[in-house]
Amino acid sequence: MRTLKEIKCGDTVKVIRLEGEGPVKRRIMDMGITKGVEIFVRKVAPLGDPVEVTVRGYELSLRKADASMIIVE
Amino acid sequence: MIKIALAGNPNCGKTTLFNALTGSNQFVGNWPGVTVEKKEGKLKGHKDAVIMDLPGIYSLSPYTLEEVVARNYLINEKPDVILNIIDGTNIERNLYLSTQLMELGIPVIIAVNMMDIVKKSGDQIYIDRLSEKLGCEVVEISALKGEGIKEAADRAVWLAQQNKKTPAVHHFQSEVETILNRIEDKLGSQIPNEQKRFFAIKLLEKDDKIVTLMNVVPNVEDEIKEIEDMMDDDTESIITNERYLYISSIIDECCKKNSKGKLTVSDRIDHVVTNRFLALPIFALVMILVYVVSVTTVGGWATDWANDGVFGDGWHLFSIGTTDYENAVEEYDRAEQILVAFDEGEDVAQIMDEEENVTETVTLNDSVVSKANEIAEAGEPDPSEFGVWVPGIPGILESGLDALNCADWLKGLILDGIVAGVGAVLGFVPQMLVLFLFLAFLEACGYMARVAFIMDRIFRKFGLSGKSFIPMLIGTGCGVPGIMASRTIENDRDRKMTIMTTTFIPCSAKLPIIALISGALFHGAWWVAPSAYFVGIAAIICSGIMLKKTKMFAGDPAPFVMELPAYHMPTVSNVLRSMWERGWSFIKKAGTIILLSTIFVWFTSYFGWIDGQFRMLDAMELDHSILASIGNAIAWIFTPLGWGDWKSAVAAITGLVAKENVVGTFGILFGFSEVAENGTEIWTMLAASMTAAAAYSFLVFNLLCAPCFAAMGAIKREMNNAKWFWFAVGYQTVLAYAVALCVYQFATFFTTGAFGIGTMIALVITAGFLFLLCRPYKESQRLNVSSVMSSK
Repeated sequence: MRTLKEIKCGDTVKVIRLEGEGPVKRRIMDMGITKGVEIFVRKVAPLGDPVEVTVRGYELSLRKADASMIIVE
Repeated sequence: MIKIALAGNPNCGKTTLFNALTGSNQFVGNWPGVTVEKKEGKLKGHKDAVIMDLPGIYSLSPYTLEEVVARNYLINEKPDVILNIIDGTNIERNLYLSTQLMELGIPVIIAVNMMDIVKKSGDQIYIDRLSEKLGCEVVEISALKGEGIKEAADRAVWLAQQNKKTPAVHHFQSEVETILNRIEDKLGSQIPNEQKRFFAIKLLEKDDKIVTLMNVVPNVEDEIKEIEDMMDDDTESIITNERYLYISSIIDECCKKNSKGKLTVSDRIDHVVTNRFLALPIFALVMILVYVVSVTTVGGWATDWANDGVFGDGWHLFSIGTTDYENAVEEYDRAEQILVAFDEGEDVAQIMDEEENVTETVTLNDSVVSKANEIAEAGEPDPSEFGVWVPGIPGILESGLDALNCADWLKGLILDGIVAGVGAVLGFVPQMLVLFLFLAFLEACGYMARVAFIMDRIFRKFGLSGKSFIPMLIGTGCGVPGIMASRTIENDRDRKMTIMTTTFIPCSAKLPIIALISGALFHGAWWVAPSAYFVGIAAIICSGIMLKKTKMFAGDPAPFVMELPAYHMPTVSNVLRSMWERGWSFIKKAGTIILLSTIFVWFTSYFGWIDGQFRMLDAMELDHSILASIGNAIAWIFTPLGWGDWKSAVAAITGLVAKENVVGTFGILFGFSEVAENGTEIWTMLAASMTAAAAYSFLVFNLLCAPCFAAMGAIKREMNNAKWFWFAVGYQTVLAYAVALCVYQFATFFTTGAFGIGTMIALVITAGFLFLLCRPYKESQRLNVSSVMSSK
């Protein structure tokens, strides 16, 4: 079982499900990261965190800690 | 009157559309009691229609202040129509909000923005099909180019006049629909039919903020449990999933993407700008540019011009004649010094050049002396003889008041109280406008989001946002624009934290205090100035860590899941408008407090009892003033800090008007009507009156305590809440007191070995600090906004 945090830059993955609950999870889902959506990991910030991904055709940045809530294929 | 609510995601062109729709007919304020901006305007071309610009939001969840503000407005105020603007280049995520807006039982019209970019990239959006699928009006616009805007507005007004609710036609899968129907039935008659779906969904989502909008709350636990068991997920996720599934199901028919995989211009810019290796150097360059232009050069000149020119003696038009005048003044000073030396019978004169801090030795002979005599006899140079001299407001007013034979006290009130106070407000505005111009540009072009992206890792550790970097940087120049710059931070908690801590950084007005203490007590030791910055930064970091664990802050969750909008060139008018709005709001909201406090300090320092008689005082009689009595009365408070004499207390109070006043006040109290900026004249007297430990504690206190009135005004304006304002100022003062106390007590203990009750207290305070810094802490899961919203 991999999480989005472990995905290398330049890879595209499909979301299986999201762990956790509450505001952070809701926010991630509100921004379009839901079951079955494809995520392209675009880059990591110069200081190593957060990461930038492309989802549903736009750019989103999220922290690695939050990325580890997202289970991917 | 028709009420139109303008709703949409952040970065979708909402502000541009709002500006285009309303022109200059706007009223900018805040939503009651919160830091969220509220904008309202009259619709151009429709006399009886107003537009409310709702905060940019991604969803109607209960987790951010903006979302709660927006949905409370939509439910309570029931606008006649919602104009939902969506970004055509990012249609999937934008429609997510639309599906929620359509459940509110209010007519909805969707305006697809940035259609020009969509078409240019070769993509297609079929407006008719979109309209048919969504079951609402859809129009296409380009807010930036002004295309389709009037049509959209007319359509919105028409829709409002029809008064036909837009029914939500989108459906979720049948299991979810069945459960929703059951909840809708339970709602009964207290909720109007058209709002039932919205309330049912919110109840199903276990939304705790919705309860405050309902009289009777039906129990829906069974329904929640049933659907959660069936679909093996929590209800919030189920609904979110269903929305996106629905959008995905219609999007293929309504849009055709040809540009997939192609790199846009924005992608290419981003490739360079947030590149692993180039990001930090580019960031540093941008920040240096912002700093140099808005603090040291253009902004600095503007402030000097406003403070020393308009609200000072006066200025030379276009600076013509300034250099000649300064040279003449220098020559005059030189001649005076030569004559003084000659009168004292010296053979040589040591001439100090204060600006360059060099001493020149001149041998006195007849020709030198006679030339000096000549210059001195011509009298002090008059600035009005050089170039076009524009006298400052105080000068003009003074001669006017003299001509009217105005009473001294009234003249004092007008010149030293009111004009000085107005000057304190307006003096900062030119510099602020320069800074706001930058901020508006950086925000509008999309770089500000990247600043947060790049700096997040460092700043989030102490409860701040990556965007806090800019307020802090500007704060080294002046805290007032620094605080105002915190407006760019979208998270409420980060913003408040930034407002509270920005003024800990020594601003340029605190530098004279540093120079005074360093010169008087530490023989100008190299480490004093850097240590002041170190104290400031440490105060920010420690405050961040301590405050985020307090009850005031722990309430709000702060997820950092942020959109990085595409780069684009903002329009000149939007940037200028944003700049002006911020500058004006400072004048309007911060002006009163600054003016009143300046008048108060003026009154207390110019009135007092001399020989049993209450009268107005001369500047040099400050030691008889009410302020001196106040200083005497409160001096004991500062005894544990090592400087419990009334002079220091008075200096600290006048420092609230402007921090550089501390030096001048010491000068007056030691008998000098005027002292140099670093107060060289009083160094020996100050050194005799306090120990090094006390002096450093005085420095620390003045660096950290409540900032000047102008900065307090800015804090008040940005907090927009009396409780938060007092909390901020109180916290700063208490922290300053505690740190200064520890500095003095420990320094005294280590230098003299004296261990007393003060040392004990300092130890207790240190232990308290360590506890507050290290105590465990758990991020809250709930937005603590209900108390704020209901207090209106």
